Amino acid sequence: MQKSFSQKRLQEWIIERCIYMSGIASIIFVCLIFLFLAKEGFSLFKNISIFDFLLGQKWYPISTPPFFGILSLIVGSLYVTLGATVIAVPIGIASAVYISEVAPPRVREILKSGIEVLAAIPSVVLGFIGMMTLVPWVKNTFHLSTGLTAFSGALMLGFMAMPTIVSIAEDALNAVPKRYKEAALALGATRWQSIWRVILPAASSGIVAAVMLGIGRVIGETMAVMMITGNAARIPDNIFQPVRTLTATVAAEMGETVRGSDHYYSLFAIGIVLFIITFCINLIADFAVHRKAK
Amino acid sequence: MSAIIQTRNFNLFYGTFHALKDVNIDIPKNMITSMIGPSGCGKSTLLRAYNRMNDLLEDVSVNGEVIVDGKNVNDPGMDLVELRKKVGMVFQRPNPFPLSVAENVLFSVKIHRSAAPKEYGDIIEKSLKAVDLWDGLKDKLNTSALNLSLEQQQRLCIARLLPVKPDILLMDEPCSALDPIATGHIEELMHHLKANYTIVIVTHNMQQAARVSDYTAYLYLGNLIEYDLTKKIFTVPKDRRTEDYLSGKFG
Repeated sequence: MQKSFSQKRLQEWIIERCIYMSGIASIIFVCLIFLFLAKEGFSLFKNISIFDFLLGQKWYPISTPPFFGILSLIVGSLYVTLGATVIAVPIGIASAVYISEVAPPRVREILKSGIEVLAAIPSVVLGFIGMMTLVPWVKNTFHLSTGLTAFSGALMLGFMAMPTIVSIAEDALNAVPKRYKEAALALGATRWQSIWRVILPAASSGIVAAVMLGIGRVIGETMAVMMITGNAARIPDNIFQPVRTLTATVAAEMGETVRGSDHYYSLFAIGIVLFIITFCINLIADFAVHRKAK
Repeated sequence: MSAIIQTRNFNLFYGTFHALKDVNIDIPKNMITSMIGPSGCGKSTLLRAYNRMNDLLEDVSVNGEVIVDGKNVNDPGMDLVELRKKVGMVFQRPNPFPLSVAENVLFSVKIHRSAAPKEYGDIIEKSLKAVDLWDGLKDKLNTSALNLSLEQQQRLCIARLLPVKPDILLMDEPCSALDPIATGHIEELMHHLKANYTIVIVTHNMQQAARVSDYTAYLYLGNLIEYDLTKKIFTVPKDRRTEDYLSGKFG
């Protein structure tokens, strides 16, 4: 009896430790990744000033002398991200409202699984399809010399952000208590008025989180943008020109660098920039969610 | 008595379940009518038939007539917005919108565009005074309604109906989430409101029905068993089943 009791306590102790370790592990991994990124990335700034890096317009990492200005890459990422956001957010929220508030149950089920499938398509496949269909369409429709533009990338990424936005926004809308809707309808509100004046405001923090996570997905996306944005490292005059994004630069050039060179370090420094951007976006999303919890 | 709601051979089905059976009942104007009966007897369903809130549920079918102010509410051409402006509803759980106190009161005004912004102040004051919230809340009009006590929330839900100028107030167990003191306050409020509104209240609480209402209807398994003056129902019920329920033999 006594023995089995202490055995049980030991068992409890082991299980508790295991869970504790797993919980801690995720934090440790993030810290290690960031430390590694920082160690490699900051080595660049021994040779190049941080202003030349962030604000320099020339990205010629392998010419002599090399230029490591990433402004054009930041602008490229910004163009594609903003474009994708403008496309994905209104359509995404509208379709979340449709699925959660308007669609009859059968249609709702079909749409929800459709969106899950859309989320499951690997980005390289989407990129390939985009290259074959979207790029020629953009070229012909807008009479451009090439269809590999920021606009094509924005369209494509808009599609990729949509499932994230729709499914999280839809969860937020479903979490709004039904009694608010009942109250609005009982006061003589139309369905649209109850959605616009009650349900959307009540779900607003969840919708902000959905948008932020969608944007996070877009900024971090690499494969599809690399395939269809043209990868020209220059600041575009408008959205119908080729751009190169931060992510595509790292992915395209990492294989060709010499370990320990400035070029190698500069790619890590780009990683830090990306890390900070996504960190800020997640922070905003978190803030929005917690504002609701209060 | 002049009836403001007339229910004629009214049947309601949830899918194949026959929830209300040939109900005939006339609700008199400017009186309080209560509906009592054990859970599942159909009293809430009947109440929700008066402003067609049952439409929110899937698979509901009806036949027979519910006539509110001379119009059959189940007519295909019935304007639900007009109906619900005429027939306000207070729910079991207080359900103020997650907006400020003022915005809750103004909600109906804004969706129906029934007043100019310069009248908003008056509307808020009048509505909150009618439910005795004004003195307590006049300095807190911008706080979220969700921060109020449950009793205040329920009062606010009643106040929110008043700018629509309804003729009828439906109350679906309005006190079941409240403590006895708050319940007493709401009942008092109902007595004040009776002068201007017809009130139909569903309640689980027989004492409440006896205290507040002029007429009482007893429903059981979807049938209207007995409907008469509250005094008569509680002292000389005609039907054995009513007597059994009121004396606590079941329910």
